[in-house]
Amino acid sequence: MTTTGAVAPPRRSALRSSRASTARSRRAAWRAWLYAAPATAVLLVLFVVPLGLAIWMSLFDWPLLGRAPELNFPENYTSIPDNELFMRAVGFTVRYTVIIAVVLLVLSLGLALLIQESKRRSSGVLRTAFFLPVVTGLTTAALLFVGLLSPSAGPIDDVLGWFGVQVDFLGDPTMAMVSTVVMMTWRFAGFYMVIMLTGLQAIPTELYEAAALDGASRWRSLRSVTIPLLRPTLALSAVLIVTGGLVAFEQFYVLTRGGPDNSTVTMVMTIFREAFSQFHLGAAAALSVVVLLGLVLLNVLQLRLVREDDGAAS
Amino acid sequence: MSAVVLTRAAAPAPERPAPGRGSLRRALRVLGLVGVLVLVVFFVGPALWVVWGSIRNGGSFSGTNYSRLVSYGEGLGIYLLNTSVVVVVTVVLSLLVSIFAGYAFARMRFPGSKLLFVGILAILMVPHTSLLIPLYIWLDRIGLGNSLLGVAFVMVMYQMPFSVFMMRNSFESVPRELEEAALIDGCTTFSSLWRVVLPAVAPGAVTVGLFAFLAAWNEFVTPLILLSDGNKYTLPLALVNLVQGDWGMIDFGALQAGVVVSAAPCVLLFFVLQKAFVNGFTNGAVKG
Repeated sequence: MTTTGAVAPPRRSALRSSRASTARSRRAAWRAWLYAAPATAVLLVLFVVPLGLAIWMSLFDWPLLGRAPELNFPENYTSIPDNELFMRAVGFTVRYTVIIAVVLLVLSLGLALLIQESKRRSSGVLRTAFFLPVVTGLTTAALLFVGLLSPSAGPIDDVLGWFGVQVDFLGDPTMAMVSTVVMMTWRFAGFYMVIMLTGLQAIPTELYEAAALDGASRWRSLRSVTIPLLRPTLALSAVLIVTGGLVAFEQFYVLTRGGPDNSTVTMVMTIFREAFSQFHLGAAAALSVVVLLGLVLLNVLQLRLVREDDGAAS
Repeated sequence: MSAVVLTRAAAPAPERPAPGRGSLRRALRVLGLVGVLVLVVFFVGPALWVVWGSIRNGGSFSGTNYSRLVSYGEGLGIYLLNTSVVVVVTVVLSLLVSIFAGYAFARMRFPGSKLLFVGILAILMVPHTSLLIPLYIWLDRIGLGNSLLGVAFVMVMYQMPFSVFMMRNSFESVPRELEEAALIDGCTTFSSLWRVVLPAVAPGAVTVGLFAFLAAWNEFVTPLILLSDGNKYTLPLALVNLVQGDWGMIDFGALQAGVVVSAAPCVLLFFVLQKAFVNGFTNGAVKG
């Protein structure tokens, strides 16, 4: 640290011959790859190989145990439309994704606005209160709600009982979906609130002042200033929520177990069942390749939309 | 949601007084306060309920929920030990991998660096389940099947886009002069990295370690698919078994105690490392 003020050395490369400099740059590249080697190894061994293997497996009748895999391409793919559980799961997963996206976006924006508008002291307390569920794990949150919603152990059933109301939170298809959405909102609203707050802070206050001078109401300035300028943030949040929603697994596996009557089975759950209940690893691999392709396509599309928004905002 | 809108409308707006509508404004403000209260109860209530329930039994305070949890299955100690193995390996390896790779991406130009970086980011695009079925076969082939080490390696891979991105940004924000000064002092690149630059990127490293901890501590699907022996189960796996194992007879008291045990370290870390949390969100989630 004592030499921080020293003058930088003159660039020596110009004085050396070009051969020496290529040798040096080759040595530098070597060293760089040495630094990047652990990451490269993890990427190759744990990502690239399994990804390739997933595609390879999808071409085979690949049982979990016992006999050797047999090539059966394209059967694993052509039989997908006949997989009734999967096809129903696609519809359910998309429906869930749309609902959770709307609920989370609206609520987290509301929470962020509430925090921004409240007095300094209370805003810190509120922010911590809303954010606290985010630090718990998703499985932990789902287990918490298993207890909370249960008629025997949870308090909600008792409270509703005072009004003579009885709700079967997990035993009815619609209520099972609603319960899961409520649980996911509890767990994730604070996360997106923080993202929205970052976006809100980037909006210059002069714009609000100008809107107020023009006599715009608070509702009007929310609609004409906040929302348009927040579009990149909203789009990014939407990308994250939609991607998360389409690969939903834990929340349903723990909370509803896909029930009642397989009414809340998601796409990823059917892949899991195909592999570890039906023991058809090849068919499961084909399903995951299809889901993967769909997701990559959607991500590319969404990211392009976000980019365009970025361009429009700056 | 309506509560939130009302709060906004009810918030004081001295620049635009509304004469003659005082009582309406007061009513709106009360409604707004009720709305905020409802929100606070919604977000904090479940946590308070589970802590309260975990220390109650038959109408009085008691530790029996916790003692039943301690003796559940293979014993809470085993599950905590297994989870700790996964956590420690994930955190240490995530730091090692991302510090070296982050330094290379930030400071060195090398052929193939773009491809490597894009490859690492591509991990984000692939749903975990799509990888877990081939990983189940592949890890078994290379001797890591049904092992905590295998689970930890997979966690390091999941975390890599975040951790490498985070460390690259951290190194980029360190002034180059700091390093050049160390080089003049006669340090080799390696020792200059350790002695001079590492303290400067410590906040980024803490963030990487924190998020690796949270991911590994809470992960459910990866151990669910990769582990088959009950005595290798991690805490989340054991807790889900507690709910789903015994044909509908759920020990809710032990479950509440388990939720508290599983959430406590995360909540504690949140209060100790709030800065690292914010750092992770603004650098990782928003820019990534």
